[in-house]
Amino acid sequence: MTEMSSLELLITAVIAMVALATVFGLILGYAAVSFKVEGNPLAEQIDALLPQTQCGNCGYPGCKPYAQAIVDGEEINKCPPGGQATIDALASLLDVPAPELDAEHGEEAEVKSVAYIREDECIGCTKCIQACPVDAILGAAKLMHTVIVDECTGCDLCVEPCPVDCIDMLAVPATLADWHWQAPLTPAQHFASDNSDANLIATDRSLDHSKDRVA
Amino acid sequence: MALGRSSSPHAHGPRSTQWVMQQVLVATVPGLIVLTSFFGIGTLLNILIASVTALTCEAAVLKLRSRPIGFYLRDYSALVTAVLLGLALPPLAPWWLAVTGTAFAIIIAKHLYGGMGYNPFNPAMIGYVVLLISFPLQMSAWVAPAGLLVDGAPALAPDFISSLQIVFTGNPIDGFTAATPLDAFKHNSGLQVDQFYQQTPQFSQGRWAGFGWEWVNIAFLLGGIYLLARKVFTWHAPVGMLAGLSVMALFNYDGGSSASNGSIIFHLLSGATMFGAFFIVTDPVTSTASNRGRLIYGALIGVIVFLIRSWGNYPDALAFAVLLMNFAAPFIDYYTPPRTYGHGKSGTIIHRSKED
Amino acid sequence: MSKTWDIPGGIHPAENKQLSLGGPIRAVPLPPTLILPLSQHIGAPATPVVGIGDKVLKGQMIAAAKGFVSAPVHAPSSGVISAIEERAVPHSSGMQAPCIVIATDGDDSWIEHSGSANYREKPADELIAMIRDAGITGLGGAGFPSAVKLQPRQTITTLIINATECEPYITADDQLIRQRAADILIGIDILAHILGDPERVLIGIEDNKPEAQQALASVLADKPVTEGSPAIEVVEFPTKYPSGGEKQLIQILTGEEVPSGKLPADLGIVCQNIGTSHAIYRAICHGEPLISRVTTVTGKACDKPGNFDVLIGTPVEHLLTEAEFDDTCCSSLVMGGPMMGFTLPNQTVPIIKSSNCLLATTAEESPAPPPAQACIRCGHCAEVCPANLLPQQLYWHAQSKNYERLEAHHLADCIECGACSYVCPSSIPLVQYYRAAKGEIRLIGEEKRQSDRARIRFEHHQARIEQEEKEKAAKREARKLAAEAAKAKREAEAKTAANSEGTPESTTHNTSAGSAANDTGEFDIIQAALARVAANKASPQDQRKRFERAIETTAARLAKTEQVLEELSKDDSSELNKEQLAHIDQQRATVEQARLRHQEAKNKLAALDAEQPTAQKAPSETPAASSDDKSLDRAATAIARAQKNAAEQALMSPQQKLKKQRDALEKRLSKSQIRLTQAESDGSEQIEAFANAVATLNEKLKAADIELAGFNQNSGPAKVQENHREENS
Repeated sequence: MTEMSSLELLITAVIAMVALATVFGLILGYAAVSFKVEGNPLAEQIDALLPQTQCGNCGYPGCKPYAQAIVDGEEINKCPPGGQATIDALASLLDVPAPELDAEHGEEAEVKSVAYIREDECIGCTKCIQACPVDAILGAAKLMHTVIVDECTGCDLCVEPCPVDCIDMLAVPATLADWHWQAPLTPAQHFASDNSDANLIATDRSLDHSKDRVA
Repeated sequence: MALGRSSSPHAHGPRSTQWVMQQVLVATVPGLIVLTSFFGIGTLLNILIASVTALTCEAAVLKLRSRPIGFYLRDYSALVTAVLLGLALPPLAPWWLAVTGTAFAIIIAKHLYGGMGYNPFNPAMIGYVVLLISFPLQMSAWVAPAGLLVDGAPALAPDFISSLQIVFTGNPIDGFTAATPLDAFKHNSGLQVDQFYQQTPQFSQGRWAGFGWEWVNIAFLLGGIYLLARKVFTWHAPVGMLAGLSVMALFNYDGGSSASNGSIIFHLLSGATMFGAFFIVTDPVTSTASNRGRLIYGALIGVIVFLIRSWGNYPDALAFAVLLMNFAAPFIDYYTPPRTYGHGKSGTIIHRSKED
Repeated sequence: MSKTWDIPGGIHPAENKQLSLGGPIRAVPLPPTLILPLSQHIGAPATPVVGIGDKVLKGQMIAAAKGFVSAPVHAPSSGVISAIEERAVPHSSGMQAPCIVIATDGDDSWIEHSGSANYREKPADELIAMIRDAGITGLGGAGFPSAVKLQPRQTITTLIINATECEPYITADDQLIRQRAADILIGIDILAHILGDPERVLIGIEDNKPEAQQALASVLADKPVTEGSPAIEVVEFPTKYPSGGEKQLIQILTGEEVPSGKLPADLGIVCQNIGTSHAIYRAICHGEPLISRVTTVTGKACDKPGNFDVLIGTPVEHLLTEAEFDDTCCSSLVMGGPMMGFTLPNQTVPIIKSSNCLLATTAEESPAPPPAQACIRCGHCAEVCPANLLPQQLYWHAQSKNYERLEAHHLADCIECGACSYVCPSSIPLVQYYRAAKGEIRLIGEEKRQSDRARIRFEHHQARIEQEEKEKAAKREARKLAAEAAKAKREAEAKTAANSEGTPESTTHNTSAGSAANDTGEFDIIQAALARVAANKASPQDQRKRFERAIETTAARLAKTEQVLEELSKDDSSELNKEQLAHIDQQRATVEQARLRHQEAKNKLAALDAEQPTAQKAPSETPAASSDDKSLDRAATAIARAQKNAAEQALMSPQQKLKKQRDALEKRLSKSQIRLTQAESDGSEQIEAFANAVATLNEKLKAADIELAGFNQNSGPAKVQENHREENS
């Protein structure tokens, strides 16, 4: 009798398990189909966050290859033109802690700069035109070249090939139109002392740290 | 001429954080007077010890954090924490109770979370809960209110000298204690409320909700009304809490049977109800941001206070209720943003970002 | 009396309006110079239509509107254009912007102009064009071109005239109404006519201006009711800041809210400032463009504050003198009111179309804000926010730069009225945080747009390169094919020729030779294909051979030139004339070049060797793919080089970095010197360019040297300290 009941118990348990599995499986399956998040493939999302300077500082021939490499497990801190902002954005997209910019690949520029050709010195060799990844240089052989400033990403790939060294990277001057107020110092930053052993509290530390980055 | 460059506005109103904190301190005075008149100088001693500890700890931590000490001490926030904790502790508690609680409140609950404005939990209540859990015996020994007739003899508050001895040398307090009304009510077994009230001196000599305690609550209510009148905070959180508590009491009173959980008036005027409603729940740092949120926040505190008072292990529950809702405050904020000018419905923050 | 609604929030700061209400509007003497910024309005800056030295008359247009949302600029007085240059302008940034500067001649002689009072007979379009040509922009502070606002696509049912003037201190509109109510009402009637006579015309005014209300009411009472004109109603409501904001005023007068991201016109409402309606009256009825306005000059640092009828472009300095401004006790100079105005960097900036107030305060009047304390989330800010935002949440997210959350909290709906900062007990500059965050969000959007465009251009570039490679490969293929075919043909011909020689009957068979050639046609193609395959297979070896040959020849040439050089320098050590020197130089250059060529050839060989295994592995790959591979390889080597450089740089101290840069410069210099000598010897046209390049490189090198020297002088720790000091300041 007891044996029978234990067998019964077993069967009941198995049936219950199977039933539960079926029900939850159906629910999950339904959810997967009906709540599916339509979105870009990850590489495209990453590519959208990269600055598109196509400068190759990261070690990949352009932003898209780097985006693909990130998907394949590459570090996200190899983009100097994007700087910390891009790293933070990538980190939040990929849900990983944001690392510091890897100095191996260069430093974040303080101000955006664009290429400028000293036109009277240009000999029309077209070398810079070939180097420009975004076709932002106009010109023809033996004729003067010039940069379309609005399209220049400031990657400085054109500086090196110039045989007469007539390309300068000039900082884009600030205008009234793109000026905006800077955030004031936070109370903590206001009082953060210069001897930075005031790192008892995590937030104090990170503030000092952000201050370093600003400076 | 050097002209400063700053962002507008270039005018500033008269209020400062110091002013807000001072108002809170002023508003505790009626409560403090009534507490002292019923329970002796124990509360004053508590506040004194807590204040000294708080200022010392605050200064020490500020020094460690390399912050200007004078500037931050002058905002009175440490003092407010100390006074609130001092008021909440049982009078004539041993001195180290106030010291431990305050130090914990200031160092751990406040500064380790980043200092004023950054603490997610009410420091005074953290200090209180730490003490309640660590030293339940000392925390539940309340002096009998002066004038309460126990077995025909009026209870006397200990005089100044014996108070000092109790607090600082550890003399036993036993001769002076009595159960608080909440405690007494919790241990009511089998009596109808009417009968119980008649048989228990705390209630039979009281007017509405227990001898002494009802006046303490009324005094804190007065302080709260003062703060409301000075517009230090809005009515939402305290009214929410009192309403939450009242509604729960109303539905669970069941006409005063032996299983009753107490009347509305009993709940409103006993324990830390009014103190909590106007001095703890209204702490802006740890509560919700919007008025709607504060109403909900307060109401839920009221409900939790009632739940713990009625079915929990502790006679009063303000500290637990407040801390639990501190947890929930960001969550409530999420769902209760006000409706912005020019926007249809307020929705939640999540849905807003999806909308856009 | 119309019903009014209340707005949420709001504050009651000290009004201080009596200060400047002491007397009537005063005239200002003609300043010696007038500075007219090209951008005094929202929208595209105007384009100058005059040149330096031109003589202009009062009211003459000196800069034309550019685009739809823009406004022209007129000369406020007669004189000579003395400069068109960057000058300090009234803007929060304290930056400079292009301005036209007029040196006035004192005649103040008008250009020919005329207006007419019977505007009701003119079509709206014509009146709008007149308003636009008069350069009229909103005079309330924002400076939006008025003509644009008067061309809504929607039907307008309500015209609201903003006479609120809710900011403390400012009384310009108040005084204007008191003195020129009749003109203003005509201006309002013009607006009503342009907008097709809306059902309601409301003048919104706060209850702290009873005199102004009285003035309006008495003119309205006297005014004969003209046919077709709508009734104008003056609506009074309680004083509260910021009820003068456009959105707030609409809410007060109609109870409706302008939906976020939409315009009042979407509700059938147009809102104009009362000062603007006066300017419109002057433009339509007198033909005068907007060249002057009423500005309040006030604050306790002025001994005689008041309202002034001031020409646009008058330097602030000049105007302040009129108000007997005391330089010594002034702590801050604000253009606009104390709540939304901005501080001026100095007193040379001009009054512009939107300057309604100049506020010079003393230190006790507006003390410097105390250092901000931590936010205690007291919620006072939310209590006073007229847009029902949660300012402290915005502050929190602005601090952590959480822009997504900021947008979810409707940061964009913040009107920056400053009420939250005003009441904040911790005196946190909340509005500055919002402005910074708004600017940052705008910037991020801009960068996103730019990077998207760069991405598209890059993709097009890549596609084009690929296409070109393919085409090149195809051409190469075709050429090779042709060559093979030709070769085969030649061989075939040779064969047939030999055959015909060998065989006696062949001479007579021209036709047979022809047919043979025909036969070989097909054969040729097959042969060529085979040859191509063979060539493909053999090509690495071929290339190798070619490179080896190149190395040999270059080596030989190198040896030869070196020898020549040596000889030259040997035998002429005593008496070198110029020619010989040049010769030696040339030889040296040749040697250098030969060395380079040699090196290049070697490199290529090495690259080939490296490549060969892969090439052998996949001999059947299409030419296009292999060329792709090659370009990828090239990219890879370039990248490897860049990476190595970067890695080295990262490891180096700044000093080393400088040194490295200097070395690189030196290398480049020597390279370009070689090129120069080469060019000189060739007599090339590009000598000048090369010479230039050498000169600039020389300069750069010098600069680097100097920097390096400076660096070496400063010992390491000193430098570090210096950095630190900079950081602190």
